[in-house]
Amino acid sequence: MPETRTAHSLLVADLFEDYQLGVAWDEMFERPGVPRPAYEAVFDVLQPLGSAELHYRAEQLGRMFTERGVTFAHAGEDRPFPLDLIPRLIAAREWDTVVRGVRQRVLALEAFLADIYGAGKVFADGVVPRRVIASSPEYRREAAGLIPPNGVRVHVAGVDLIRDEAGDFRVLEDNVRTPSGVSYVIENRRAMAQLFPGLFATAGVHRVDTYPERLLAALRASAPDGVRDPVVVVLTPGVYNAAYFEHALLARLMGVELVEGRDLVCSGNRVRMRTTQGERPVHVVYRRLDDDFLDPLHFRDDSVIGCPGILNAARAGRVTIANAVGNGAADDKLLYTYVPDLIRYYLAEEPVLASVETHRLEDPATLERVLDCLDTLVLKPVEGSGGKGIVIGPRASKPELEVLRAAIIADPRGWVAQRPVALSTVPTLIGDRIAPRHVDLRPFAVNDGNDVWVLPGGLTRVALPEGELVVNSSQGGGSKDTWILADPLERVDGAEEDEVAAQQPEPDARLVGHEQRQQSFAGQQQ
Amino acid sequence: MLSRIAEALFWIGRYVERADDTARILDVWIQRILEDPFVDESLACRSLLAVMGSEEPPDPATTGHVLERLAFKRDSPGSIAGALFAARENARGTRETISTELWECLNTTWNDLPAKRRAAERLGPHSFLSYVKERSAMVAGLAESTMSHDDGWRFLVLGRSLERIDMTTRLLSTRIVAGESAPSWRTLLRACGADESFLRTYRGAVDAEHVAEFLLLDRLFPRSVFHALTTAESCLSDLDPGLTRAGVGDPARRIIGRARTGLEYVDSGQLLDELPMQLAAIQEACHAAAGAVADRYFQYAAPVAWVHERA
Repeated sequence: MPETRTAHSLLVADLFEDYQLGVAWDEMFERPGVPRPAYEAVFDVLQPLGSAELHYRAEQLGRMFTERGVTFAHAGEDRPFPLDLIPRLIAAREWDTVVRGVRQRVLALEAFLADIYGAGKVFADGVVPRRVIASSPEYRREAAGLIPPNGVRVHVAGVDLIRDEAGDFRVLEDNVRTPSGVSYVIENRRAMAQLFPGLFATAGVHRVDTYPERLLAALRASAPDGVRDPVVVVLTPGVYNAAYFEHALLARLMGVELVEGRDLVCSGNRVRMRTTQGERPVHVVYRRLDDDFLDPLHFRDDSVIGCPGILNAARAGRVTIANAVGNGAADDKLLYTYVPDLIRYYLAEEPVLASVETHRLEDPATLERVLDCLDTLVLKPVEGSGGKGIVIGPRASKPELEVLRAAIIADPRGWVAQRPVALSTVPTLIGDRIAPRHVDLRPFAVNDGNDVWVLPGGLTRVALPEGELVVNSSQGGGSKDTWILADPLERVDGAEEDEVAAQQPEPDARLVGHEQRQQSFAGQQQ
Repeated sequence: MLSRIAEALFWIGRYVERADDTARILDVWIQRILEDPFVDESLACRSLLAVMGSEEPPDPATTGHVLERLAFKRDSPGSIAGALFAARENARGTRETISTELWECLNTTWNDLPAKRRAAERLGPHSFLSYVKERSAMVAGLAESTMSHDDGWRFLVLGRSLERIDMTTRLLSTRIVAGESAPSWRTLLRACGADESFLRTYRGAVDAEHVAEFLLLDRLFPRSVFHALTTAESCLSDLDPGLTRAGVGDPARRIIGRARTGLEYVDSGQLLDELPMQLAAIQEACHAAAGAVADRYFQYAAPVAWVHERA
């Protein structure tokens, strides 16, 4: 197509030459060889590099992550977390929409949780049928009537977004239990800054390393009443948990203790930790284990990683559990279909971010229609997370569809059906060439009770096999550094300049006085 | 400081020191076996394994057996690889407490070991052993310069000191246990990295009395038993600075203090005669002190299984 070529495409070296655009929205290229405006600076830097150079940097990156322990266990050995070198960019105006949409959702879900663990007006007003909650295994009666100190139940939220064929952001699912992945946002950025120091100088990218202080501030703000200087801890299931790296990183960057269940002791409705100086009080527990394992007194009694009695202590107002117990009732995929209504009901606003068209299967007529065209839909188990159990109709074989049909008929409440969306693509290094791969985006929101802050960044997960749509890292996904570009009009606060300056210290400035004499002396000796 | 973290730091100190000392001993031993045509290899290997607390080796024992058991065996905390693995696992559980540089050093060391072992199979064990010594020095240096010298650091140094006392006394025991095939006093000095320092101090007179005195009693040499006891004692007193009007409240410090005093006021003329007795007493004190530290500071619950009462 020679008539679509522009000045840019004439410069294209081999790196993007064979890059094929598909039906999906490509985030980097408007047309073959023509990058979108936001990507121009990155394109100019990457394009002359050549794939051998990129490959070399990818190897360096793997070594760096292995040394730093940024790894995940795969088949018994530690592999470096797969980070693709080509960043994913989001322009300031697009990001503004994301921020408003995520904030709106978090506020609506907060109001919903307060309602279902309290008065239940949402049922009385007929917005959500009571049976949706009554039949949810994630609704915890043990937490009913528990009002957290500053009213916050969703201290941290991760809202998974995708871009559809038209490039519009849509919500795929909400995570208000223990969303993970923010450590990779921080580590990815650190690695990219070391590998491509020049890129950040030109691009004007928002920093992501403020997350730990925001999180700590929100956790401290949620402390029980009357505690002046709250002690915050991160509760981890232990080193064998897949997200242990993240737990340790957050504890380290917040400067708080990382505890396991066996480090905690609960008596008289107070939680303490066992230290070399005896037992010390704990006020806020940022827990990274599921409700099921948190408290064997109330939940699974075979859990050996929890803290018996901690929920009673929370009910007594002596300790804050973050995120709150029972949040799972608000983020399953059946409730997802009600969230637009919840936003209108609680906030009297229209949803900023659209959802993916989703069918509930409890209605017999809908169920029948869906069963008739299973091979054109995506079927998701309501309770699943991490991409488990999802069946993509157009790609499933006949026998797989039959198994699915039986499962749905046996439990219509357990499934939802969605229109298949072609997730947007971003150029990704595969072997030694660049090819489009599907991505999603998980922005992280922190709620301190006054404001919902959205980290200007996020985890972009990329499905590495060709054409694959499931991006979860447990399903062989990789990730990309996600750059939120600063609004050119706002770039006067100097924050970005700080980051750039930190990369390039002046080496000679340190050679003064005695040390300089030593050096010149050594020079004469040679 | 969490008790669990304190215990992990204590063991990082112990394991790294163990890897370091084992590497030094092996390096010297193997070189001696190779260089000295009159050494009975099997006997020398068996006596070394016995002193290091390893199981009875097959007869005849070779340097290959020794290296496998004391250097490469991954699932035994008595070998270098096993100790470094255990140190790295402990570090993994304390990543939010130790400095990132210290963690990366231990992690990289462990990741590189297989390659170093393969190199050792081609080039001889020295390259492997000197790598271990270098990395141990790096761990010590990073702990010194990148960690706050707070309680956590004290537990690390305490573990390192107790391990050093244990290893140096074991090494000296070879003179007593091995009899005829015993290594020379000069070899012992080299295995402690003490030969140069010794020569500068005593101007070349390598005799039994002076070597034993140097390795046990020297106030300035950091690998001497006395020096390590003093360091351990000061760690313990910093951990529990509470002064009582009479005596010392902390059991571990009492044990270490008595051992240190026993050595300090020994009649150096009779040191050689008393050597077996002294070494046994120090080893026992070391063991008891480690137990007392664990009893006092590392008390945290094993996971508890809950069973609901059912009607």
